[in-house]
Amino acid sequence: MTQFTAPAIDWAALTPMVVVFGAAVTGVLLEAFLPRTARRAVQVPLALVALAAALVAVVWRWTIVQSDGPREVVAGSVIEDGPALAAQAILLIIALVGMLVIADRTETGEGSFVASGSTRPGSEEEERATRAGFSQGEVFPLAMFSILGMMVFTTAGDLLTLFVALEVLSLPLYVLSGLARRRRLLSQEASLKYFLLGSLSSAILLFGSALLYGFAGSVRFADIAASVATVSGMDTLLLTGAMLVLVGLLFKVGAAPFHAWTPDVYQGAPTPVTGFMAAATKLAAFAALLRFTYVVLPGLAWDLAPVLWTIIALTMLLGTVLGIVQGNVKRMLAYSSIAHAGFVLLGVVALEQSGVSSVLFYLLAYGLATVGAFAVVSLVRERDPEGHVTAEANELSQWAGLGRRSPWLAASMLIFLLSFAGIPLTAGFIGKFTVFTAAVQGGLGPLVVLAVLASAATAFFYVRLVVLMYFSEPEGEVAVVDSDGMSTVAIALGVIGTVALGVVPGPVLDVLAGAATYLP
Amino acid sequence: MNAEIPILTILVAWPLVAALVLWLVRPLHGAARTYGIAVSLVEVVLAIVAVALFDVVHAGTVQLTEQVPWIPAIGASWALGVNGLGLTMVLLAVALVPVVMIARQPGEGGPDWGWVVLVLLLTATVVAVFSARDVFLFYVLFEAMLFPVYFLVGRYGGPDRRRAALKFLLYSLAGGLIMLVGVVAVHGYGPGGEQAFLIDNLAGNLTASEGAERLLFVSFFLAFAIKAPMVPVHTWLPDTTQQADAGTSTLLVGVLDKVGTFGMIVLLLPLFPNASAWAAPVVVVLAIVSIIWGGLVALAQRDFMRLTAMTSVSHFGFIVLGIFVGSATAMTGSMIYMVAHGISTAAMFLTLGYLEKRGQSQWIPNYRGMQRVTPVLAGLFLVAGLASIALPGLSGFVPEYLVLVGTFEANWLAAAFAVMGVIIAALYVLLPYQRMFTGPKEEGIPGAPDLVAREKWAMAPLVVAMLALGFFPGPVLDVLTPIADSSAPLVQTVAADNTTAMAVEGSAK
Repeated sequence: MTQFTAPAIDWAALTPMVVVFGAAVTGVLLEAFLPRTARRAVQVPLALVALAAALVAVVWRWTIVQSDGPREVVAGSVIEDGPALAAQAILLIIALVGMLVIADRTETGEGSFVASGSTRPGSEEEERATRAGFSQGEVFPLAMFSILGMMVFTTAGDLLTLFVALEVLSLPLYVLSGLARRRRLLSQEASLKYFLLGSLSSAILLFGSALLYGFAGSVRFADIAASVATVSGMDTLLLTGAMLVLVGLLFKVGAAPFHAWTPDVYQGAPTPVTGFMAAATKLAAFAALLRFTYVVLPGLAWDLAPVLWTIIALTMLLGTVLGIVQGNVKRMLAYSSIAHAGFVLLGVVALEQSGVSSVLFYLLAYGLATVGAFAVVSLVRERDPEGHVTAEANELSQWAGLGRRSPWLAASMLIFLLSFAGIPLTAGFIGKFTVFTAAVQGGLGPLVVLAVLASAATAFFYVRLVVLMYFSEPEGEVAVVDSDGMSTVAIALGVIGTVALGVVPGPVLDVLAGAATYLP
Repeated sequence: MNAEIPILTILVAWPLVAALVLWLVRPLHGAARTYGIAVSLVEVVLAIVAVALFDVVHAGTVQLTEQVPWIPAIGASWALGVNGLGLTMVLLAVALVPVVMIARQPGEGGPDWGWVVLVLLLTATVVAVFSARDVFLFYVLFEAMLFPVYFLVGRYGGPDRRRAALKFLLYSLAGGLIMLVGVVAVHGYGPGGEQAFLIDNLAGNLTASEGAERLLFVSFFLAFAIKAPMVPVHTWLPDTTQQADAGTSTLLVGVLDKVGTFGMIVLLLPLFPNASAWAAPVVVVLAIVSIIWGGLVALAQRDFMRLTAMTSVSHFGFIVLGIFVGSATAMTGSMIYMVAHGISTAAMFLTLGYLEKRGQSQWIPNYRGMQRVTPVLAGLFLVAGLASIALPGLSGFVPEYLVLVGTFEANWLAAAFAVMGVIIAALYVLLPYQRMFTGPKEEGIPGAPDLVAREKWAMAPLVVAMLALGFFPGPVLDVLTPIADSSAPLVQTVAADNTTAMAVEGSAK
């Protein structure tokens, strides 16, 4: 009988993820056992402190990796190297800012989440729950589980861990998307769409993993990369497997033609969750995509190039063209995020050393601006005939004259929109510049020209919102609510980050460039 | 290798800080106009200090340099420096701002303080653009300067201002983004490293193939052609000036558009000399089309702000012609044209702004016989118009003459067409003057008062400048000629004809 040797697990290396996991599990227990009135007061600080502690842990691990070098943890399932830690750090920063927006209940005291998710929309129970002041405190542990999944997603060293992390990050998001307080049917529809399409794409990723296992005899990225170089004769298996895994990952980032879920889910989900999803999920998915592409795919670059080029071009075009015709702010930002996914894919496919650091910087800039922009969206509300503040005012026409109504909010939105458009002196410009430079070095010249033209077109719909905010008269019953402090901090962090990274990006760029080598 | 006093950074920082202070300190909002005039006059003094520090004898070299690493990972530096052309442009920009501030009708279109903040921001960016010696920095500022103008037009403009502001922004952004591809690519073809984007490091060191260099040239040229503006990408200018207030139009056409032609001389010729020589024939043709088309369309305008915009298109045709035709004389003429045009356009826009305030309309047929009602205004418009059509003794003559003589040296056919532009120019200034100012008084206009003291104070420096440049162009020519001598051979080797040089300068060099 063979002796089972347990693998040596370097628990210290897993500290960031353990912290987040512990906070998530504790959150579930607290939600179950604490009295109703005490829950929120404990859950919110727990989540924020845990994320901050995880960030500190990541920085500590970063110093260790700097001195001792990267390593495999848990027998190769988790890889602790520069890009993984950099991605985790950026993820935790974005998650912190996003958590502030999720926790915010605005001056109305209501927040963006439904009082009791299990009640049917429009029913008696829903009304009773709302009047009684219930709240779904599970939102915080769900978000923490999702963040845990994202963190493991960025450091996964083999396809199975990748799949498990994908599920751990996605399942809470499916639930969170359905918990909007207003327009609940739309929210539940979004949740269902996300679940169905997400499960399908996870299944496709699993199938691709199986094919790659068949090709390489192992699910580990390092082994697959070695097999790509040495094994021959099973090209169909390899190419199909790689393509299917890519499809699964591209679905998560919202690339065309796997983008169809993005507008509906972004519109239906509660706005803080949309901001969190748009920024953090994209970051985690791109980090995993970067690892898969740079470690496994370099040998396949020639074969996969036509498909990848088509996907990138299609993504940029679809995001741009469809974004121009949108009349709803959340859908417009959803299509703009599709276009951004296209730009970031340029850096991924460039297969250059500078591609990794430029993609990570772009996603940091984009993440801060996105969370901030959706936080602003969550504060612009409608007013019903009796004067009560109701749902969000998401139609573009309702944003007219915001510059006069609340100058600071409109100015913050202006800065976020400028960053999206890639105007110099914002972080978005530096991100675009570095990604385009990496892409040109990687031989993607024509795509860069297309990207630049698409950027000009996306500038049109960002500027249209600016025109509405600043040069139009306010109309209709729109109220701008104040946040209860947390969203304000989040928006302020977003603005400061966007401008600081736009004017002095040097230090951050240097750190990311130093973090850009993969282990296998 | 930095200058002892970072005067250029001070010139950039002063209006920026002043704008921030005005924005944040609420009590100043009531005295915004006075604050703005004071700040811009201090800026003029600082610019004179810069002139004092500048060594005029070696005007062809870049002086007052400052260089600090900004983003070493990309190779971008905060690198400033001016040669004679840069210094002249900075002076023009800085001198027009107080004029525009004094001329502004109080409370026109919105609260004054917002207007003053935006104009000061614009001043800072424009001074920085004209002093930039790093391609990345130049690009950043090239885009950044659009936003103050966008808000100036969109907030303080006429009834259709939103559409005009949007058109301006999208045209300029499109050009800028096309230039972005060029900037990204230039980095790849250059020596690289932490100072990769310095113009001095890139000029002559690009390893691009012939085709690649031509594509790079096109990407930069397109952005500059939109900015200049040249036919056929000029249509944003008449719409924007029609809607913008007179002060904004002055700064837009008199200063901002010069960045396009400035970029052609400072970036296109040194960085892509072979491609410039290759493209020169096409560019010359486009320039001539601009001259004639701009003039003819100006003649057809019934709105006097659009008319002035189209006359600028025609003038910029002359400037681009002088740059690309391959003669040092013509290039000197182009550079001094940029200064002269800035002054005469400012005068024209401001006088027409005064007229618009009195008649409440920009429509030419609405005015008749104004010289009896407002003789000083009529006289000023006439002086500005004659300067713009190159009457000897006023600022426009020397530049136009130099451009035409230089063009004739290089290509007599081009000169023949360009001269037609001069004739059309006479028409597009004198015909509106006749229609609006001569003849019997129009009944519809109430007894409009002639210019008040504030308006006269704004126009006085411009008139003095037009006369000074007309009678004593020597100092400015001395500062600009060395640059032309070094830049012109890059386009085409044309031996500067000694006899022509003697005819122009009155003595052999």
